[in-house]
Amino acid sequence: MKGDLSVIISGFGGQGALFAGILLCHAAVFEGKHTTWFPAYGAEMRGGAVNCSVNISDREVPSPVIDEADAVIALNDASQEKFEHKVKSGGFMIINSSLSHIKPKRTDIDYIKIPLNELAQKLTQPAFVNVIALGAFLEKTKILKIESVKEVMKEMAKTVSAKKAALLPNNLESIEFGANIIRQQMVTV
Amino acid sequence: METLVYKRPESLLKDGHFTFCPGCGHGVILRIIAELIDEFNLQKDTIAISSVGCSIFLEKFFNLDVAGASHGRSPCVATGVKRCKPDKFVFTYQGDGDAATIGFNETIHTACRGEHITTIMINNTNFGMTGGQASATTLVGQVTTTTPAGRKPELTGYPLHAAEIISQCDGTAYCARVAITDTKNIMQAKKAIKKAFEMQIKGLGYSFIEVLAACPTNWHMTPVESVKHIQNVIETVHPLGVFKDITAQENK
Amino acid sequence: MAKVLVKGNEAIAQAAINAGCQCYFGYPITPQSEIGEYMGKHLPKLGRVFITAESELASINMVIGAGTTGTKAMTSSSSCGIALMQEALSAMCCAQVPGVIVSVMRGGPGLGNIAPAQADYFQALKGGGNGDYKIIVLSPSTVQEAIDLTYRAFHLALKYRNPVMLLADGILGQMMEPAEFGEYPYKDPDVSEWALDGANNRPARNVVSLHMPEGAMEELTNEIFEKYELVAQNETTYEDYKFADAKLVLTAFGSVGRVAKAAVDRAREEGMKVGLFRPITLFPFPDKDLNKVAQKADMILDLELNKGQMLLDVRSAVFGACPVEFYGRTAGGLLTPDMIFNKIKELYSTLENKTQAGVR
Repeated sequence: MKGDLSVIISGFGGQGALFAGILLCHAAVFEGKHTTWFPAYGAEMRGGAVNCSVNISDREVPSPVIDEADAVIALNDASQEKFEHKVKSGGFMIINSSLSHIKPKRTDIDYIKIPLNELAQKLTQPAFVNVIALGAFLEKTKILKIESVKEVMKEMAKTVSAKKAALLPNNLESIEFGANIIRQQMVTV
Repeated sequence: METLVYKRPESLLKDGHFTFCPGCGHGVILRIIAELIDEFNLQKDTIAISSVGCSIFLEKFFNLDVAGASHGRSPCVATGVKRCKPDKFVFTYQGDGDAATIGFNETIHTACRGEHITTIMINNTNFGMTGGQASATTLVGQVTTTTPAGRKPELTGYPLHAAEIISQCDGTAYCARVAITDTKNIMQAKKAIKKAFEMQIKGLGYSFIEVLAACPTNWHMTPVESVKHIQNVIETVHPLGVFKDITAQENK
Repeated sequence: MAKVLVKGNEAIAQAAINAGCQCYFGYPITPQSEIGEYMGKHLPKLGRVFITAESELASINMVIGAGTTGTKAMTSSSSCGIALMQEALSAMCCAQVPGVIVSVMRGGPGLGNIAPAQADYFQALKGGGNGDYKIIVLSPSTVQEAIDLTYRAFHLALKYRNPVMLLADGILGQMMEPAEFGEYPYKDPDVSEWALDGANNRPARNVVSLHMPEGAMEELTNEIFEKYELVAQNETTYEDYKFADAKLVLTAFGSVGRVAKAAVDRAREEGMKVGLFRPITLFPFPDKDLNKVAQKADMILDLELNKGQMLLDVRSAVFGACPVEFYGRTAGGLLTPDMIFNKIKELYSTLENKTQAGVR
């Protein structure tokens, strides 16, 4: 279906995999699209494996559960191992090469290796690997506009604590930087 | 000149005859409660919460609105009622099997929350309605149908002292153990229950009254022997007294 | 009103607030803790009641207290927590106390796990409580429907003076999607005829569940079951998704219902006549309607995230009109559109073969 996209975002607790998915969904709603976000996590509050499945569509989304995803964003090595087989043939996977040195196993999908943690060091601190990855994902797929995510971030900043709201410039910088990684082909494909 | 010496409280139903065993303590307490509700003019504003056991049939005796609760849960039902209707007078009427055994967790937490309700707990140291089995408050050595050789601590532990424990909860405003063994004690009991009611009326917190009451049938004693048993034996294990009164200072 | 992105659990909580829920009593348990957290944040600001109770036993009995005064009250929990409430649910049905219970099912039995499941269909519908009683059970499949059915739950609880359960699962509780709240659409009945508020200028009344006189309990139970008949007549609802001409009809409730739609669409694209019958009220179960569907279909395929629970009601409704197959996973194992589609293909081919052989 045109305009349909499914993505799994995965990492360890604290990396912001779930939040990246939430940002994506809000941006989808902002653009008037249908969307679902469905999380999975372990019992740990921090450090356990977490992931979320996000669907974006022009039509109502029947299943929040994804069989095969158009894309997977793996923020660590365990996520790469766990979800590599879930990528649709012809789809792609963003790998955080700062935290994963596992060799890709498939030849029918694209791998975008980004040293997320290292690149994040170049930005105003704190910078966010999840948001950088999201920026790259959006630039690659063009499913939603980067500007929509920025608008969503600005809206969110109005409703959260002052401490969190103060991080808005960092978030805006991270998403733009993520998009630039793809634009300027700063990655090993 | 005619003098009125006896009047049936408005808060008791006109045709509500007590159905308790001879010598049972429940009737005396229910009457005290009805008299006090009349004295406070609360009959039209009271919701009573019944429990399970001989304490269950409140709607048969009281001319009051009654909500029923399952085993041990009266304080929760009372909490729900009172939080929705803070202007109403809400009390639970429970036995030791209900308030101190199956529902003691609920009793403690209600006390800790400082709910503006009153609990009257009748302690006759056994499950009366089901035929005299051992409860949490049963005395060491007491013969019941489930402790035929007497309660042995090595098998079933020690009696639970409800009033003492409830007095330790920060939300408890007033907590006392009373008896109804003679006229003086009945007057004392009424005074304590009155005080407990005042705590709720003034919105000061949770109030808990434990009443030692006779259960001649299950104790296999005559009513007179039962009264002596309370005075000579039970009061040595579950002593009478006011265990907490947050207004004690200002009254001095 | 515009659509907002909202998590299932939070949508239920906000809908309850919109429905006029005055009190929430609960005890934390995954995967529904967001409901209690949301209520804890918002109800006190509105001057309404929020209590984290000492247990699920306490929560549901606080709901009873509120319910006896005719006040809209709610609790929420998950599988093992709902198990603790069964005594009270039975008592509520007997004493005719309204109240809303949200059950967000997780994997079981026992502590099980915290993954989504639907294995508490029996718990909700066939009851762990004692005696003859029925809870009205509503089953949402989308966040929007969770909102709409939360509204309906509060209304039905007061209308029929009976506990109403919103039976959601971990998928729906945890997922986010856009939805619209709108306004509470019901006009609730007057409770002054029965609610407790003190015997002021009227005889004392009671709301209790003990009825000892000879014959009293049977008489009351019969009256309550006449009420359940009315509920069945007035309130039965289900969703028809492309089943009019279907040879193979899927049955599924809750989140599985929406996943099944994706499989139905794919099967239709490949020319298979497949449809979905999705009960929205589980009690009252749409048995007559399902029977009509079964009369025309060649086969029913029941899909659930358990080992086959609604299956019993499906079979009972179908009553031999056509074969009923079951396909399910449990305790966190999820059904995906692919899995359902493959099962459809497998079963559909047997139907085609039979038709070719002239057997129906």
